[in-house]
Amino acid sequence: MAAGSLFASVPRAPPVAVFQLTADFREDRDPRKVNLGVGAYRTDEGHPWVLPVVKKVEQKIANDASLNHEYLPILGLPEFRANASRIVLGDDSRAIKENRVGGVQCLGGTGGLRVGAEFLRRWYNGTNNTATPVYISSPSWENHNSVFVNAGFKDIRAYRYWDAAKRGLDLEGLLEDMESAPEFSIFVLHACAHNPTGTDPTLEQWKQIAAVMKRRFLFPFFDSAYQGFASGCLDRDAWAVRYFVSEGFELFCAQSFSKNFGLYNERVGNLSVVGKDADNVQRVLSQMEKIVRTIWSNPPSQGARIVATTLTCPQLFAEWKDNVKTMADRVLLMRSELRARLQALGTPGTWNHITEQIGMFSFTGLNPKQVEYMIKEKHIYLMASGRINMCGLTTKNLDYVASSIHEAVTKFQ
Amino acid sequence: MGPPDPILGVTEAFKRDTNAKKMNLGVGAYRDDNGKPYVLNSVRKAEAQIAAKKMDKEYLPIAGLAEFNKASAELALGDTNEVIKSGRYVTVQTISGTGSLRVGANFLQRFFKYSRDVYLPKPSWGNHTPIFRDAGMQLHAYRYYDPKTCGFDFAGALDDISKIPEQSVILFHACAHNPTGVDPRPEQWKELAAVVKKRNLFAFFDMAYQGFASGDINRDSWAVRHFIEQGINVVLSQSYAKNMGLYGERVGAFSVICKDVDEAKRVESQLKILIRPMYSNPPINGARIASIILTSPDLRKEWLEEVKGMADRIIDMRNQLVANLKKEGSSHNWQHITDQIGMFCYTGLKPEQVERLTKEFSIYMTKDGRISVAGVTSGNVGYLARAIHQVSK
Repeated sequence: MAAGSLFASVPRAPPVAVFQLTADFREDRDPRKVNLGVGAYRTDEGHPWVLPVVKKVEQKIANDASLNHEYLPILGLPEFRANASRIVLGDDSRAIKENRVGGVQCLGGTGGLRVGAEFLRRWYNGTNNTATPVYISSPSWENHNSVFVNAGFKDIRAYRYWDAAKRGLDLEGLLEDMESAPEFSIFVLHACAHNPTGTDPTLEQWKQIAAVMKRRFLFPFFDSAYQGFASGCLDRDAWAVRYFVSEGFELFCAQSFSKNFGLYNERVGNLSVVGKDADNVQRVLSQMEKIVRTIWSNPPSQGARIVATTLTCPQLFAEWKDNVKTMADRVLLMRSELRARLQALGTPGTWNHITEQIGMFSFTGLNPKQVEYMIKEKHIYLMASGRINMCGLTTKNLDYVASSIHEAVTKFQ
Repeated sequence: MGPPDPILGVTEAFKRDTNAKKMNLGVGAYRDDNGKPYVLNSVRKAEAQIAAKKMDKEYLPIAGLAEFNKASAELALGDTNEVIKSGRYVTVQTISGTGSLRVGANFLQRFFKYSRDVYLPKPSWGNHTPIFRDAGMQLHAYRYYDPKTCGFDFAGALDDISKIPEQSVILFHACAHNPTGVDPRPEQWKELAAVVKKRNLFAFFDMAYQGFASGDINRDSWAVRHFIEQGINVVLSQSYAKNMGLYGERVGAFSVICKDVDEAKRVESQLKILIRPMYSNPPINGARIASIILTSPDLRKEWLEEVKGMADRIIDMRNQLVANLKKEGSSHNWQHITDQIGMFCYTGLKPEQVERLTKEFSIYMTKDGRISVAGVTSGNVGYLARAIHQVSK
């Protein structure tokens, strides 16, 4: 037995920033404190919200004595997979009718991204081609980078996205980066409600993006974590994915049901695969089975059951859409209320981006010094990037947050 | 096109078979004496408690449910263990046993700089090899199963292990070896620990059947505890799929026994860095159930009885199978069936015989002759004995 420790040289890894933020928030004793950090929905009382339809379905499941805890198939619950793919691709999806769509139940959106990334590294653009460039938006969800690195890709690049000066999409930069990307590069696209900027391409801009990607044989890997949550309408939020499918792309879409079903800790996700034909999709799924088998063997059943039950019952489905709209509407209200207050206060700068951006997050444009002031002096917790979670706003704290932003912006340039 | 999974593929073929007498002795999931899945009462009660509490669905931390992690480590090591008391360990919640092995394999690949080599017993669970390989490790084997005796090749194991390069990783099944059902006896474990210590090997325990093997959770974890007592800082994978019947809920844990609390904290931070880009954080449902069972005295007691009940039924089926084979007039020595322990039994049947069992009798098992004893009932043990006798006489 070695005298020292085998792991003596293991360094202490830094905590994931967004979780550290919440930890700091929890320890803060100031009664005015507000958590605008981690992306989870909150009610106007500032509480987590278990969707009423979820409560109903869980009760149904609990009362169903015929259910047990047996293993799901490797690729997951069949009714979940099929219906989850249907939700993003649409009831009238030609790709589904043509039987060239497959789904892999995964652990949340993260799991879907990882399985997709592992597959692409092994089988896309050659065999085990770790050199295929992977493009991630600048900025993006910080875990995107780690997922693709850990899947074995060696060349992760950023594509221009956020224009800080104009506080909007840098479409020109984005298209330039796509034009100059090597053919067959993989592009991670946010289907809607871009995290962290809340800035999505318009329909016309998506069309331009698709045209370049088609011409340059770039692979679309959609991350869809907010379908329904962004605009309040499932179909509208899936427009980009569906457009790409209608343009004939083969693509992956990692779907998360964490936010739109409020099932965060049940880890419910679906990796939708759209291929040229059924045979291709079957072969892809067979290889994904092998990948899944060495990461988690088969996925957890509880969350998938809840979603499948909801999506396959018209009444529950309607109720779910209603619950989703409730969440989306509250976010939209907080956006307009915050913007109105900042404008009324005469806070320097323009604030229309608060209502033009979409989804859970807003890239406020606050700089690091201003963010530090917000956290340290005002006990309002937000990401160093200036990202705020709109769900953290409530009618009770709107005034305090608005006035704090006003102070931060006027005190620090 | 990827080939069907050798283990889970058996169930798929079974499902398609229309023979009324068909038997699924493939995948290792417990069945009651009516051949039905068994949801433990202690699990149902825990679920009712959870439903009544009306908890939210906020993300778990990356390392999972803290109460579960603590209870899991205590279950494995005993709550009075010096390791538990000193806190010189880290336990993270994982996606059942597979997820635990994968996190462990990735952790070793990244931080265990002394070796890339992992030694598995021959044979081992089929999924061990791809898990470690996908994590970037190199696989080797040490002798374990003796096909001549259908028992433990103790001399061969010691011989091989004493030649393994120092500081290699060696994997042990803590109890109820899968697929053979062959476990070392305590005196043999003592010698294995001694040679592991002497060769400075890194011990990785896979414990998927604690309680399920002998019916006694302490007896089943004896080997793990003995190694630690001998000063060997092991890593440990645990699964609650079988012993709590929580298969599809994916409940597991990965533990690293460390030098001290500081090392444990550093190791934990790096385990989180590995988990985040895999699935961010684990599913809560099963871990909540397990945690409540382990930490509520009444439910824990009830669970221990239920686990013993499952283990006893398996032992009973082993006895009945051997008795029926004798009745059929088989002249072979089937003692290994009762000597072996846990869910699986290495019958000693050859691939051709296995194929006949499937084709002629609709009895499904893996090609290596492994049967899941959990799939045997008092209703079909006679049919099984007859079929085995037919293909082996």
